Parts: sequence; C-alpha cells; structure tokens
Amino acid sequence: MKVEAKILLALGLFFGVMGVVYWFWSREATGSVMMFAGMLLGFLPGGYYYWWSRRMKARPEDDPNATQAQGAGVVGAFPGTSIWPFTLGMGSFFTVLALVFGIWLLVPGLGLVVWALFGGVAESRRGGKV
Amino acid sequence: MVDTLEHPVDAFDDHGPGAEHGPDEHHGPTGILKWITTTDHKVIGLSYTVTAVIMLVIGGAFAEIIRAQLATPSGTLVSLAQYNELFTMHGSVMIYLFAGPFAFGALANIIVPIQIGAPDMAYPRLNALSYWLYLTGAITMLSGFFTAGGAANFGWVAYAPLSNSLNTPGAGADLWIGGLLLTGFSAIFTGVNLVATIFYLRAPGMTMFRMPIFTWNMLVTAILILLAFPVLTAGLIMLYADRHFGTHIFSVAGGGVPVLWQHIFWFWGHPEVYILALPFFGMVTEILAVFSRKPVFGYKGMVFATLSIAALSLGVWAHHMFTTGVVLLPFFSIMSLLIAVPTGIKIFNWIGTMWRGEVWFSAAMLMAIGFVVTFLIGGLTGIYLASPPLDFFTHDTYFVVAHFHSVVMALVLAGMAGLYYWGPKFTGYLLNERIGKIQFWFLFIGTQVFTLPLYLLGLRGMPRRMAVYPHDPQWKFLNDLSSLGAVLIGVSTILFVVNVVVSWKKHPAGDNPWDGQTLEWFTTSPPPHHNFYRLPVIRSERPTWDYNHPEHHAIAHAPAEVKR
Amino acid sequence: MESPALPPQGASTRSRRWRRVRRAAVLPLAALALSGCTVPTFGASQGVTTSSRSVFHLWQGFSIGAAIIGTLVVALILWVPLRYRRHGDAIPKQSQYHIPLELTYTIVPILIVFGLFAATMVVENKEVANPKTSVTIDVNAFQWGWKFSYPGYSAVVIGQTTQDPTMMMPVNTNVHINLTSTDVVHGFYVKAFNFSRYALPGVRNQFTLRAVNTGDFFGQCTQLCGLYHSLMFFNVKVVSMTKYQAWLASFNNPASASTASAANTAQRQQTSSVVPSKPYASNGAN
Repeated sequence: MKVEAKILLALGLFFGVMGVVYWFWSREATGSVMMFAGMLLGFLPGGYYYWWSRRMKARPEDDPNATQAQGAGVVGAFPGTSIWPFTLGMGSFFTVLALVFGIWLLVPGLGLVVWALFGGVAESRRGGKV
Repeated sequence: MVDTLEHPVDAFDDHGPGAEHGPDEHHGPTGILKWITTTDHKVIGLSYTVTAVIMLVIGGAFAEIIRAQLATPSGTLVSLAQYNELFTMHGSVMIYLFAGPFAFGALANIIVPIQIGAPDMAYPRLNALSYWLYLTGAITMLSGFFTAGGAANFGWVAYAPLSNSLNTPGAGADLWIGGLLLTGFSAIFTGVNLVATIFYLRAPGMTMFRMPIFTWNMLVTAILILLAFPVLTAGLIMLYADRHFGTHIFSVAGGGVPVLWQHIFWFWGHPEVYILALPFFGMVTEILAVFSRKPVFGYKGMVFATLSIAALSLGVWAHHMFTTGVVLLPFFSIMSLLIAVPTGIKIFNWIGTMWRGEVWFSAAMLMAIGFVVTFLIGGLTGIYLASPPLDFFTHDTYFVVAHFHSVVMALVLAGMAGLYYWGPKFTGYLLNERIGKIQFWFLFIGTQVFTLPLYLLGLRGMPRRMAVYPHDPQWKFLNDLSSLGAVLIGVSTILFVVNVVVSWKKHPAGDNPWDGQTLEWFTTSPPPHHNFYRLPVIRSERPTWDYNHPEHHAIAHAPAEVKR
Repeated sequence: MESPALPPQGASTRSRRWRRVRRAAVLPLAALALSGCTVPTFGASQGVTTSSRSVFHLWQGFSIGAAIIGTLVVALILWVPLRYRRHGDAIPKQSQYHIPLELTYTIVPILIVFGLFAATMVVENKEVANPKTSVTIDVNAFQWGWKFSYPGYSAVVIGQTTQDPTMMMPVNTNVHINLTSTDVVHGFYVKAFNFSRYALPGVRNQFTLRAVNTGDFFGQCTQLCGLYHSLMFFNVKVVSMTKYQAWLASFNNPASASTASAANTAQRQQTSSVVPSKPYASNGAN
C-alpha cells in the first residue's frame, strides 16, 4: 500500500510546487486553480492510502515473498451478469439527448437512471443476483 | 526453484449467496442478452475493441474523403460546410471515440486484470456502464450527420466563440457536446476502475514494482484521466450553458473570456495526448521484450519515465496557445521541452531491450518497430513546436498536422501490434502472419508517404483546415503525395479486416504462442470466466517466463536492486 | 560520462556545472553563427523581417540537432533488430539494467534541452520585444476578412473573401501592429514573416515587425473561423518609406477618401451576405 500512496503523494507534491511557481510567475488564475486542484487530487487519495498503509499489515500483494495460498479466500463479490449497467447507460443516453431534443426526454431518461440505481443497489444487497 | 501451487479455485469464485457457479461451468444468458448483461471484463473489452475498430474505420473514411478533396486545389467533392464537418468529426471520432477507448477501454480492460492475476475489474458493473456510455456517446456524436444543420463543424477543439450558439447554431454541435459528456464519463469510470483494480486486486507477490510495464502505463493513464477529464466535462457544461442558458462565460459581449475555453480545453487536451499515447507505449514495451526474448531494459527507469511524463504533461497545456499572445511563454516552453527527456529514455530503453536479444520479426514485432521509428519522427518535430518562435512560424499550418499525425499514426501501428500480439489471447486464434506483414508494409510506408509531405506543406505555408487552396503547383504536388499515402493506409486497414475474416477460427493459438513473459500467457486462450485456474509463484515482473525458463533470470550490469 | 572521483565542494563544482550548461547552450548557438549559405534550409526560408531571419536560424539549429540525433537513433532502431535477429531457439543473456548507460541517456538529453531552451529564449526575447516606433497599424479580423487602419491617418483598407485587402507597410522601419478580432478567433499569418498570431476577441495583441525587403507577400487566416475560413486571405505590400507616406497621403485627398469610405460601407454590407466568387470556391456552401 505504501508505494501506491507515495505515487499519488509525489504527483500531488509536484503539482503543488508547479502551481506555486506558475502562480507567482504568470499570475494567471485559470491554470493556477487547475494545478492546485490537481495537487488536491493527488493528496486526497494519496493521504488516505498513506494513513491506511501505516495502520494495516502488508497485504499478500505487497509481500515480495508471498505464496498464492496466502491469497486464498474471498476476493470479493463479482456479479456474473447484470442488466442494470445497460439500464443506467440508456437512462444517461436519454438524459443527454434531452439537452438537444427537448426536456421531455428527461422523463424516460431520469426514470431509467433512478430505476437502475435502485435495481443495482438491491442487486448488491442480494449478493450479486437479482 | 519455482514451485507452483495449485491455486484454490474457489478463491476466485463468485461469492455471495446467489453466485453458485464456478469459473469453468459459467452459465448465463446467451446471444444479445449475454452481450447486454455481461459484466465480464473480457466480453466488455471485446465489445470495446469491435466498437473502437469500427470507429477507426469511420474516422478513416472521413480522412479518405478529406484527402480526396485536397487532391485538387479547388476540390468539389464536398462543399466548404461539409468539409468543416468532416475534419471536425474526423478528429473527434479518432481522438474521443477510437484512440482513447481502444487503449483504455479495449486492450486495458482485457489485459490489465489478467496481467496482475485478478479475476475481473474491481467494479464489473461500472465497467459495463463505461461501455454503454461510450457506445451511446459515439452514437450521439455521430448522429449529428442526420440532423438538418449537419454535424459539429467547429473543429475538434471547439474554440469559443466559434462554438457559441450564434456562430454554430444547430443540433449537431449540441449532439457533439452531449456525446463528449457521455464518453467523458465513460473514461472517468474506466479510470476509477483501473486504479482500483491495480491497487486492490493484484495477485499475492505481485508488488507494484513487479507489474508489467503495460499495467504500469495503464495505471498512470488512469490517474491522468482522473486529473484531466473532469476539467473537460466542466468546460463542456460551461459551453452548453453559454449556448442555451444565456451565460457569458466565453463571450466578450457579456464580460466573459474566450481564451478561458482554450485554457480549460488544453488542460484536458494535453494530458489527453498522453492518455492516448502511454497505453500504446506500454504495449510496444511488452511486445519488444517478448519478441527479443529479453526482459524490459531499464524497467524501473521506464516506470519513472512514465510517471514524469504524466506529471509534466499537466504543466504544458498552453504550448497549444503560444500564438494567443496571452500565455507565459518560457514556463510552457521549458516544461514542454523537458518532456522530451523521459520520452527519450523510453526510446533508448526500447533499443536496449532489443540489444543482444533474439529478435523474432513477427507481424506484431514489425509494427512495434515501425511504431518506434514513426514516433521518433513525431517526437523530434514536437521539440520544434515546444519552442515559441518556431511555433509562431508553424502554428496552425500543416507542419503541426504532420507532427501529430506522425504521432497518432505511430499509435495506430502500436495498436495494430497490440491486436496481433494479444488478439490470440482473447479470441483463442492466431491472425495470419503473412497478411499481417503485408499490412505492416502498407501501413508503415503509407504513414510516411502520408505525413512527410505534410511537413513540407506546412513549411511552404499551407494552413490547416482549408477545403480549397490557391493554385500553387508545390502545394498540389505535396497534397497529392499525401493523398497517395492515405490510400495506402486505407489499403492496410482493408487488409486487416481481410485478415480477421481469413483467419477466423483457423489456427488455435494455444496458451502461450509467443513465449510471453507476463501472467496473461499463463492462463488459457481465451481465459476462463474468472481468468485463472491456477497462478504461478510471482517473484519478478515476468512470472510466466520464470515458470517456463527458471534458469534465466534477469541480470543487471551494475549492482542495483533488481530482484526486489 | 562522469568522472568517478567525488566532486569537489563549493564554488568550483558550481562553476564547472555552469560551464557545462553554458557549453550545451553555446553549441546550437555556434551552429546558428555558422549558418548561411552553407547550412541547408531544412525546408524553411529566411523570410523578409529581422525576426523571421532569427527564427530561420533557430530553425536551422534545431534541425541540425534533430537530424544528427534522429539519424543516429533511427540507425540504431533499424540496425539492432537486424543485427540480433533470431537464429535458433537460444535464450539470450537476460540483461536488464545498466545504470551508467541509463544515467547517460538521461543527463545528456537534459543538457541538450537546456541548450535548446537557451537558444529559444534568445530568439523569443527579440521577437516579442516591442521597440519604440512611429508607424502603427491596427489590424482587425472579422468573418471573413481583414481591416487595416492607420491611426492618425484616414487610411482604411477593408476586404474579405471576394477581394483580398492589402496591408501597406514601410521597409526598414519598426511597424507596431495592434491585432484584434470582432467575432471569433482568427490567425494572422504571413508566411514570409515566419510568424503568426491569434486575433482574439476582447484582446489587443501587439507585436512589432521590421521588414528588410520590399515586395508583395501573401497572408491568410490560419485559425478555423467558420465557413469561409479557406478564403480569408490578405496581401502585404512592403514599400519604401517615401512611397508609404505618399500612399497614406492619398487618403487625405477628399475624393479618394470618399471613395475609400464608400468602398468601406459596401464591403461592410457585403459581409453579411457574402458569396465568394473566386473560381476555386464556386461550390460555395451548399
């Protein structure tokens, strides 16, 4: 976990330094704001991973001498099939088309999105099957 | 030395009350319903591959029409308005709908989880959603051609205020924005998925510095996607608001700043260049190593080069805006020039990988070498453009067009190499090598005949995006040469389709046709539902190689921590 | 490439490092100094302004570097796989790291880059400088044409797609140009000046040109600006100062002034409903 954290922290640090240099050299707001946003995008997850990496044991994938047996057990729930991504995708499609062809398309669009969100969450609760 | 433990199958099984099937007896819906409901990263990746190749053909067809129009100075094949639509959609299709999704949707989706020994992507359903957003985004963007006003026609960069509702009314432009919103979210979700997969689903012993270079590059690409794409999405929403809600973010009349769009667009747009390029760098790295039967030369240098390209790429956006006269020239000039350093390291490492190897000239290897040559040309001309005075000289002329077509045609070569190399893994069948080699020569020579005259054309002063041009014999000759190259590239694309048809289910590939080095060559072709029946012990970045050739470990010239 | 001995402390290290940086910076500049008829043009041309010439020399310097490096690397890329092509089933030595070599091809490019940057800055500072001058031209770009006006004089030239306007400017004089746009982003580009600059709405872009030759030159819009972007041309006529003054004075003649303003109105009206009549644009917008 430590390497992952360090990569993100290093990127955040780089953007922070660049942001400072850029702001004081150019006084141009747009780029400076975006650089600092980039810094936060490095620091937030990087800091989170770093915090955890100090509080957890090395995982088998962080252990250079791990055997495959150490990875045995539940990896996670991976649903075999699911209709909800398709439903959500179509809902987003209609929602975006509403931007072009008229507000009425929001009715099927947002309807499908909400339906898919409920369906997907329910699917997860039941452990990957509807 | 290397002991293989049968991996307990149920470790990678579906867990949860309802998931009772094991990896080899996967039952599910079939036919179109299977395609719609699948969450298997390999099936989604295959859908991505097919869709992206269709987009390549569509974008390529636009390019052929453009080159046919330019073969004569006063071409009458298309009208001025149609020409603007064509190059806008050519750029948009190629960049938003082909190159990116092909790299991080198609090949990364299939290969990354297998390379790190994961059963699937971290969020399989989110992965499926990415694909649907990509497909619907592509349909949305292209459907502009069927509206009354035609497709978007403000160039793929959509500079404000040309892209406002006054200068570009009509549904085509809105469909373009809508399509980009969808594909943008698709890319963001893929980025989240890749980062989570690489951080959390690696097999035991697969430490970060044992990941194959392709996976490393995809990780960095995914991080870049997360940094850059939200900026584009925000910019598109602002643009839409300007067009329809009466805001004046980009219009002078209401106190807005048109250049703001360029800042936002290129803050996404330059990292995007590397989002497109890094996956292909990764593919080529793997291919050069496998077909030289050597480890990747300078593995760690390669990783740090990738990371520094990513970091620098976010500080160079305004080198697209040197001629606006309102950006800080020295800062962007030195940052852009510095990107040449890690890129150079990569090129030298590629040569080092082949050095004293046993180079097997397969179709994939030829394309990978063709990539390095073509990319070198594109890279060297990129150094010119990082120098503001030379950019003033060549900006918006065909020199720039030639530069980035050298780069992107190199990426097409790399992508083809990737298909020849990994295609057998996910289809189970080899492509015909002889047709592949003929295709390579058409593609490689075509690329050079297509791009090299454009450099000269730019230096002779021809601006880009001209449907008609003054009668200048030199311009016409160079344009004709370039059009000839475009025809050769078109032939190579047809040869690829022919190859897929001819070698359909002909030559079973076997698990490891190329003596591959990374984990994907350890499993079957195509891999089972959750990828692995068993895994080898992972002690380096080449587990499959270590398993097959236990006595041939990587060695370092200098005492470095190689085998960590 | 480094000597194995420990570097001495303090000033001598720094001065040595600086000398190295300077040497790297001097190389391309030396190449520039050598340029002339003996150095190939690499496809570019000298141009007719002072800055176009320094840009041309920078171009030559970059091209010499690119040609040397490019040839070497392409030769390596092609020679290595051919030299080490597969003969049997042997497994080669699995060498993976060579730290000194890797350091070399990290450090040398960094030095080259700083050399290129130094050369760039020299030319750039010359090109973007705005020295004092008495001649000013206001250039205004619009869809799809150009308007050249001369502050302090009544001279105004307007033209669009059907009729390219001409920008008059004196030779051997610093000409200050104020570049603006009334609608979308346009690009002011004259090939013979080796120079382009965006015309941005809401921004006044300023730069100075100093032509060293008289003659007629060709300019056009390089940034996509809508339907007739491919037809948005203009001409530049560089004349002697006396001819330039005479030309300016001709606008003070009331008769020609009135014709000029009449032409002005006619053109303005035409922009809204322009149909290009050039032979090569006959297909129009349908």
